[in-house]
Amino acid sequence: MKKINFPQLFLHIFLLICVAAMIVPFLYMISTALTKDTYIMPYPPILIPKTFYTGNFKEAWLSNNFFRYFLNSLYISLISTVLSLFIATLSAYGFARFSFPGKEMLFNVYLFTMMVPGVLNIVAQYTVINGLHLVDTYSGLLLLYVGTGIAGNTFFLRGFFESIPKELEESIIIDGGTRWTIYRHVILPLSKPALATFAIFAFEGTWDEFFVALTFIKTEIKRTLPIAIMLFQGEFATKWGLVFAASLIAVVPVILIFVVFQKYFIRGGIQEGAIKG
Amino acid sequence: MLSQNVSFRNKNLSRGIKEWLDVLPFIGIGFILLAVFVIYPQIKNIYMAFTNYNIMPGQVSPWVGLLNFIKIFHDDNFLLAFRNTILYGIVTVPCQMIIGLVIAVLINNLTRGKVFYRVMIYIPVITSWVVVSLIFKYLFTDGKEGLMNFLLLKLHLIGSPIMWLENTWTANLVIWLLGVWKGIGWVMVIYYAALQGISNDIYEAAKIDGANPIQVFFNITVPLIKPTTFYILINLIIGAFGVFIQVMLITGGGPLGTTDVLLNYMYKAAFSDFNFGYASAMSVIIGIVILTLSLFQKRIMRYSEDNPY
Repeated sequence: MKKINFPQLFLHIFLLICVAAMIVPFLYMISTALTKDTYIMPYPPILIPKTFYTGNFKEAWLSNNFFRYFLNSLYISLISTVLSLFIATLSAYGFARFSFPGKEMLFNVYLFTMMVPGVLNIVAQYTVINGLHLVDTYSGLLLLYVGTGIAGNTFFLRGFFESIPKELEESIIIDGGTRWTIYRHVILPLSKPALATFAIFAFEGTWDEFFVALTFIKTEIKRTLPIAIMLFQGEFATKWGLVFAASLIAVVPVILIFVVFQKYFIRGGIQEGAIKG
Repeated sequence: MLSQNVSFRNKNLSRGIKEWLDVLPFIGIGFILLAVFVIYPQIKNIYMAFTNYNIMPGQVSPWVGLLNFIKIFHDDNFLLAFRNTILYGIVTVPCQMIIGLVIAVLINNLTRGKVFYRVMIYIPVITSWVVVSLIFKYLFTDGKEGLMNFLLLKLHLIGSPIMWLENTWTANLVIWLLGVWKGIGWVMVIYYAALQGISNDIYEAAKIDGANPIQVFFNITVPLIKPTTFYILINLIIGAFGVFIQVMLITGGGPLGTTDVLLNYMYKAAFSDFNFGYASAMSVIIGIVILTLSLFQKRIMRYSEDNPY
């Protein structure tokens, strides 16, 4: 018989208690979403679902334009990810491989803008977007998402691009290629893993974004998921099953992506804040 | 001599212009977007703080000097929101750090299952604030049906159900608990990375010298991860100033504004009361505090990079 390693066993027990503390709230949410008639809260509370009533999911999906909100979020997150990726790779390449007067000073300006959290600028940003007549439009939202992410994203990718060996580029120059050839045929293909991580973070960041969407979107049909869920809760204050079914529809894709790509996330946590949609 | 100097300068200038023209297609769009949507608003925000800002186009926004700032320091609700933000930091930052560090050290000492625990404990970090706020609102429902009340009643810790969100301190407690619960995973991951960087030889040597695990933790681990501790500390303090969504979703600032935090209060001033100048003045004050912290962090981080131990 194998000897039981008591210190290790003790560690596992303690950590499992921690995991339970992290997971039980989610379990409670799932159970509620799977319970019929949650107008009146069940007593005792249901932690492990006894039935698997899927009606709440159906009702959430079909009611109140929820499907539309899902598509809105998907659309905005995808476009903003692609635009961020494109603009950030260009900027980062510019800073990584070109020399021009005032380069480091300009880069420091980028860094400086990151020191004050974006949420503090929302009032002035509102006046800018309002001046451009873009309040309540997706263009306004996208411009803000892409614009506020540039400094951090450029910073993140510049470091990565600088680590790519320069010798590869010299051969292209000798063959008569331009900077664009280098950007397209050396830098982008070689940074695929970094760009994939970037894309996942950017997508999830926009998918969950709440503050800007709340401030700039006024028309009901244009709402994104986080806003829709918040208002859903206000509207159906007592229908928790429905609210949580809607929440799960919004959250499950994010958690699935996380579990699959967890090693990138956990490494990326160190640079958290560097990538905004 | 002089003409030589001029032509040299001209050559430099034209080379500089050429370099700029080369790089412009790459950094141009990004810079314009950054300038329009970040740099300009940051500057405009400061200007707005000194005016009675009028959002209607074509209307004048009279310059009021320091009036907004003077008003802020006589505004009891602002001071309350400020107090709540500070309290949020004082309560949640140490709790997140201690629990996150302990979990990271324990996971680091495991022989198997490291990935499992790291992933599970990180899940709250990646879940949207909106959803976790609603979950906590539900956990702390009034009446005996709410899970928290149910558990506390079963354990005979309370005699009757608590009206969590109706009382200032219990409502604040719910907001703090959510902050700690959601932040632990992030702290754990950063500490875990730092622990990976400590060479095993140091631990081996300590073991040979007969140090027990508690001594090893306080005399070796803690001093060696000091730069990480500082990094986490400042980030969490900055994060505490950003507390907002959970207050908005769980209590909405209630009861009677006693759970309001700075951003929440600023947001209300701007988008409920349309007091844009006043809200800008608040964001300038918060911005100065955070900027000071960031610069302080940069300084110390650079210092500790030069002097790792």
